[in-house]
Amino acid sequence: MGKIFAVTGNEAVAEALRQINPDVCAAYPITPATDLMQRFSGFISDGKVDTEMVLVESEHSAMSACIGAAAAGGRVATATSSQGLALMWEMLFIAAGDRLPIVMPVVNRALSAPLNIHGDHSDSMGARDSGWIQLYSETAQEAYDNAIQAFRIAEHLDIRLPAMVCMDGFIVSHSIERVEYLEDADVKNFVGKYKQVNPLLDLDNPKSYGPLILTDLYHEYKRAQHEVMTKVKNVVLEVAADFEKMTGRKYGLFETYRLEDAEIAIVILSSAAGTTKDIIDEYRDKGIKAGLLKPRMFRPFPFEEVADALKHLKAIAVLDRADSFGGYGPLFSEICGAVMSMNKKPPMINKIYGLGGRDYMPNQAEKVLDELVEIANTGKVNIIKEYIGVRE
Amino acid sequence: MKEPLWKRLPAGSVILEAGSAAKFKTGSWRSMRPKWIEENCIQCLFCWIYCPDMSVTVKDGKRGAFNFDYCKGCGICALECPGKKGNKAIVMEEEGN
Repeated sequence: MGKIFAVTGNEAVAEALRQINPDVCAAYPITPATDLMQRFSGFISDGKVDTEMVLVESEHSAMSACIGAAAAGGRVATATSSQGLALMWEMLFIAAGDRLPIVMPVVNRALSAPLNIHGDHSDSMGARDSGWIQLYSETAQEAYDNAIQAFRIAEHLDIRLPAMVCMDGFIVSHSIERVEYLEDADVKNFVGKYKQVNPLLDLDNPKSYGPLILTDLYHEYKRAQHEVMTKVKNVVLEVAADFEKMTGRKYGLFETYRLEDAEIAIVILSSAAGTTKDIIDEYRDKGIKAGLLKPRMFRPFPFEEVADALKHLKAIAVLDRADSFGGYGPLFSEICGAVMSMNKKPPMINKIYGLGGRDYMPNQAEKVLDELVEIANTGKVNIIKEYIGVRE
Repeated sequence: MKEPLWKRLPAGSVILEAGSAAKFKTGSWRSMRPKWIEENCIQCLFCWIYCPDMSVTVKDGKRGAFNFDYCKGCGICALECPGKKGNKAIVMEEEGN
């Protein structure tokens, strides 16, 4: 099967892109995603891929070029972070509205101001409403596996939507981990040959992308876009099942850890889930029934499945590595949406942690679990939304 | 039962028919109307080249009437028109007067 390497998250995803060999990459460097595309452009210079690299003057142009290349009929990828994703913002909606299956690793990083290059989820959460599929990765292995699966998901003829593959900046992108690479032939076979739909370069059948559609049909196009999102879940599960057959590595819409018989649980995305699992083990050893739910697919959000997985709990804490100023954290809002369907709603708290790369330490998870034990006993919530890990 | 309209739309709002912009008559957007003064026209066809909507009709190498189905009244033709001896062959007039 595969070979094992010691690589960073960025190296692993660049390797996935090399194995997939997209037709076009248009990218602009931004920390911490720079290193990913730099490594991939090395593969281009060394003749290891046939990808046409388009060097552009901004991320807005990068996404614009990706949209053009995808509409032309190419398999397209790019990567970005933070301000780069923010600058792409208006083009993200066009990629999704035009149903162009661009795959974009997002190396999660904080947004300015103040200027900060480290990991949090403010960037991709800001793009959550753009119509892109979003997969979040805990480790370099997950980022590599998600990148490969993302092409199959995005390009599936039932959906054809762009997809972001998120991993935590520096914590995963620049840390060396054990990663199992698949054989090139297996990746090529898994992803398959790119199937064009309405390519602009089919000159015998001229067509137009991006027309003006006003009050007569815009609402209907959005209704259709909503419908497509409802089909993503099944495609993600189907692709994950095929991936498991090939690798033995199991993926779903989310991961649960010691959740089935848990009384209290933490819901958390990406790398911080690893630390949380360790602390859950410690609490289990003390006889406290703690568990974890780690969403993998944040867009579309699997409300029903998440509700089913959380319905037996006595208290839930949702930890967000991004804030919606004046609102609850974005993950908390989704969990509230899931819980809404339950007859008996468990008490919930929202903690904002780790902004701008602030380390998520074991004692933060411990404090949250202690509070959950208290809430489970009393049924009382004092503060719903609170920052944790704030310096005194 | 007929499928709802939104299910019958092409994915991604791609227009699969070439040249369909001709069906979209934009003349109703016009508030200013170009007027052609034939005696000042030197047949340079600048108006035809510059018109963004192909609203200047040309036959046998000579310009004809404006096609008001598409003319939005942008005034580019009047601006570019060199006219004859300082007299413009295209002038803009308020629509409805």
